[in-house]
Amino acid sequence: MNWTDIGHIDDIPLRGARCVKTPGFTIAVFRTGENEVFAIENRCPHKAGPLSEGIVHGASVTCPLHNWVISLESGQALGADEGAVQTFDIRNENGALSILIATPMMVAAE
Amino acid sequence: MTEKLVIIGNGMAPGRMLEHLFEQAPGRFAVTIFNAEPRVNYDRIMLSPVLSGEKTYEDIIIHGDAWYETHGVTLHRGDRIVSIDRTNRSVTSQNGVTAAYDRLVIATGSNPFIIPVPGKDLPGVVAYRDLDDVGAMLAAAEMGGDAIVIGGGLLGLEAAAGLKARGMNVTVLHVMPSLMERQLDPAAGYLLQKALEDRGIKVICKANTRAILGDGKVEAVELDDGRRLPASIVVMAVGIRPNVQLAREAGLAVNRGIVVDDGMLTSDGHIMALGECAEVGGQVYGLVAPLYEMARIAASHLSGDKTPAFVHADTPTKLKVTGIDLYSLGDFSEGPDREEIVLRDASAGIYKRLVLKDNHIIGTVLYGETSDGAWFNDLKKKQVDISGMRDTLIFGQAYQGGAPLDPMAAVAALPDDAEICGCNGVCKGKITSTITGKGLTSLDEVRAHTKASASCGSCTGLVEQLMALTLGDKYNPAAVTPMCTCTDLGHDDVRRLIKAKGLKSIPAVMQELEWKTSCGCAKCRPALNYYLVCDWPDEYADDYQSRFINERVHANIQKDGTYSVVPRMWGGVTNAKELRAIADVVDKFQIPMVKVTGGQRIDLLGVEKEDLPAVWADLGQAGFISGQAYAKGLRTVKTCVGSDWCRFGTQDSTGLGIRIEKFMWGSWTPAKLKLAVSGCPRNCAEATCKDIGVVCVESGFEIHFAGAAGLDIKGTDVLGLVKTEDEALEVIVGLTQMYREQARYLERIYKWAKRIGHDEIRRQVLQDTERRKAYYDRFVFSQKFAQVDPWSERVSGKDKHEFKPMASVGYGEAAE
Ligand code: SRM
Ligand SMILES: Cc1cc2nc3c(=O)[nH]c(=O)nc-3n(C[C@H](O)[C@H](O)[C@H](O)COP(=O)(O)OP(=O)(O)OC[C@H]3O[C@@H](n4cnc5c(N)ncnc54)[C@H](O)[C@@H]3O)c2cc1C
Ligand code: SF4
Ligand code: FES
Repeated sequence: MNWTDIGHIDDIPLRGARCVKTPGFTIAVFRTGENEVFAIENRCPHKAGPLSEGIVHGASVTCPLHNWVISLESGQALGADEGAVQTFDIRNENGALSILIATPMMVAAE
Repeated sequence: MTEKLVIIGNGMAPGRMLEHLFEQAPGRFAVTIFNAEPRVNYDRIMLSPVLSGEKTYEDIIIHGDAWYETHGVTLHRGDRIVSIDRTNRSVTSQNGVTAAYDRLVIATGSNPFIIPVPGKDLPGVVAYRDLDDVGAMLAAAEMGGDAIVIGGGLLGLEAAAGLKARGMNVTVLHVMPSLMERQLDPAAGYLLQKALEDRGIKVICKANTRAILGDGKVEAVELDDGRRLPASIVVMAVGIRPNVQLAREAGLAVNRGIVVDDGMLTSDGHIMALGECAEVGGQVYGLVAPLYEMARIAASHLSGDKTPAFVHADTPTKLKVTGIDLYSLGDFSEGPDREEIVLRDASAGIYKRLVLKDNHIIGTVLYGETSDGAWFNDLKKKQVDISGMRDTLIFGQAYQGGAPLDPMAAVAALPDDAEICGCNGVCKGKITSTITGKGLTSLDEVRAHTKASASCGSCTGLVEQLMALTLGDKYNPAAVTPMCTCTDLGHDDVRRLIKAKGLKSIPAVMQELEWKTSCGCAKCRPALNYYLVCDWPDEYADDYQSRFINERVHANIQKDGTYSVVPRMWGGVTNAKELRAIADVVDKFQIPMVKVTGGQRIDLLGVEKEDLPAVWADLGQAGFISGQAYAKGLRTVKTCVGSDWCRFGTQDSTGLGIRIEKFMWGSWTPAKLKLAVSGCPRNCAEATCKDIGVVCVESGFEIHFAGAAGLDIKGTDVLGLVKTEDEALEVIVGLTQMYREQARYLERIYKWAKRIGHDEIRRQVLQDTERRKAYYDRFVFSQKFAQVDPWSERVSGKDKHEFKPMASVGYGEAAE
């Protein structure tokens, strides 16, 4: 497990998201209206929609493809839908962001 | 044998009487009604919401045409009774109709009092009593300008708030030192004045009107101190007088009102009177609760049961101005034998006062927080000795006996005989038992069966809580469908309030309209963003984070997360240079699919997000701009070849289509907007299933609207025929702007038009040329800010972050 620097909180728009690419998959890093940051896999549990493109509200994001609402804190689908995405630990030190990911996970599944 | 019952006046009181009568003695009477107003029985109380735009006339009809038919009632509309012949027992109307009666009921209501100042008869001076008055105010509001309301009582303030909501500059002139002095003490009157002033309504107290000035129509109001206030309309709402002239001329006993006994019988044994024109026990009334009680008693006596007798009861007063909570009941004048308990919370804008006599409540004034009104009313009615709870009384029911209750528990704790609906005198037990007994699940059903919340509506919250309490999860409060779960307000209310309160940002809307979530959701944010863009084109800063991804990155997201790119191809016309540029882009970025769309242009599908700016840069070089195939905005204007080439073409349909598209591109609309122009009625551009279409004919341009060919299929309706291209453009743009300003987010033109009426749209954008011009001008103004090509903006670096990952990690290790 490694804390990996990914950039500064100001790189992410308020109530928005940016992506962090790894060889295996993409992580979506969110910044909420309250300036909290969250990192989850950029892949909707429904049909793999890119969650980083959704509308961020409270600590949730609405998937752009079919409007599932995903909790940024738990990665769980909210409401009647069922499913979850992987969440990642994220650290915010005076705006400098880093996430915790296991090295083997980053290797493309070839 | 059926008896002949004739009723003079078709207001709220006799309407209610007939409901009771048809239930208790069906078939006993053949009923004839004469009504001076040319309409059915409607809820006069709700005229203010009609004025402010929260409701329409159709919403407030109590008895529609079918009701009169079902009950065999003959209704003479717009026909006033001019005389009563008591000897021959008949009445005669203005139009010369004579009707004989066995029983006559006089229910002529009140006349608004007009203060006798010079100028009172000028056009533009109106009272506030019936739908025609509302019509006159709306017509004035359309022109804008200044409105003066004389009278700071319930009616005057509701009129003022309504006119303000319609965009006028409103000043209230009140002769007393504080507003609503008959229902409110000076402290509450002051809070009310402040709340109105915060909404931009001017209030002048101690204002004595000397004259109304104007040449042929109202122009100003002059006060005693010499001040002159400009006015394009003056509303007089200074009080009402029982309408007794007819009864007096017939020789009935008349005092302030028509004198009746506690069974509603006048001095003539065949004639009854009820409603605002009647005086019972020396009192006349101006609120519906006692009038409905009169109606109940009159019906009972008519059907043979003479036991019920009218007893006086105080009726609470509530002001129906959205956002102002005010409740007043009983007697609150000061006196040596009285004590009072007062609670003030200035920062929260709350004021409560209880007036006590011998440890009993005799009067209540609540401002800002009125939920305990029903409870205080109950204590007053039952003459409860409050000495035991004196210390906590003012905090309300929730604080009695231990821990504070939530509002739901407070309602649960009300006794069964606590009055919930003041207007109709309906108590809690009746509501809950009817819900269970009849299996009611919607508010409308509860209104229909119990009448609770069916009049002024201010107890709606309580009734809904009772429904929730009785039905649990089965209750779905869908009276107005709220925008989303973040608010109880519907789209129309929100649009209206954004304008009325001058709200210019999403946080301001959420703050002022009391959003329940901190920053909304994916349903309300895009809607609010659109409403703000539309209403304040020059001032509002578009909030990109509140737009759906397609509108944020100006391309359509695909199922695999790639995007499609659709450049504008004006009117569907292209050329070799453009096609070559598209071909080059396809090669350079290895775009997997090129498709001709149903909208007469070319779609490049499967573009990687990171490539978008570069693709746009190349397309931009060739002169392309975004086709906005993703936008809730102007999409395509399809055309056919028209008179330039086609042997049937009557006009240059291609040219007109291109002209329209160049004029309107970039505009945001409530839902997507698609147009088409066909050169003749063969209609090859399929104009008759579009949001707006044009079918060219020899004599000009037939403008069509409200078609659909997506989820629903619907041919268009003809809006009208115009002679020139210029006119066609003005009508189309006027219609679009009207739609932009009024529709709900995601509502296509055909749905909006169905809701507000095709004739109304014709009236506003075809017949009323002045109004059309105003719509047109507002559209042109907003285009100044909207016609910026989003692609070229992004090519030059805007929103760079959208198209690049924040970081790439792990590639070093993976490459090992
Ligand atoms: C590309 C195109 C199909 C094609 O290959 O021809 C198309 C593609 C889509 N249409 Fe369409 N529609 C296309 C012409 C139409 C037409 C025909 C027309 O415009 O003459 C209609 C029927 C006319 C109408 O709008 O009423 C049409 C009715 C719809 C509807 C139903 C709308 C409705 O209110 O009933 C939707 C769903 C929606 O908007 O919610 C829709 C939604 C979509 C979406 C945006 C689905 C989505 O939300 O992702 C598709 C996007 C694919 C993409 O990324 O390109 N599309 N769509 C056409 C693009 C036209 C253009 O040049 O801009
Ligand atoms: C804007 C407004 C807001 C109000 N808000 C509230 C409120 O919040 N709460 C509340 O309790 N009350 C409110 N009221 C008062 C309430 O509407 C009246 O008390 C109630 O409508 C009176 O009923 P009515 O049947 O006595 O008379 P009306 O409803 O006035 O009906 C009288 C009818 O008789 C007709 N008529 C008169 N003379 C003749 C004739 N000679 N021949 C034939 N027809 C005739 C008139 O045209 C009229 O249609 C409000 C009133 C107004 C105007
Ligand atoms: S009809 Fe339109 S929305 Fe449906 S699959 Fe085809 S392009 Fe997509
Ligand atoms: S892929 Fe996210 S909701 Fe369907």
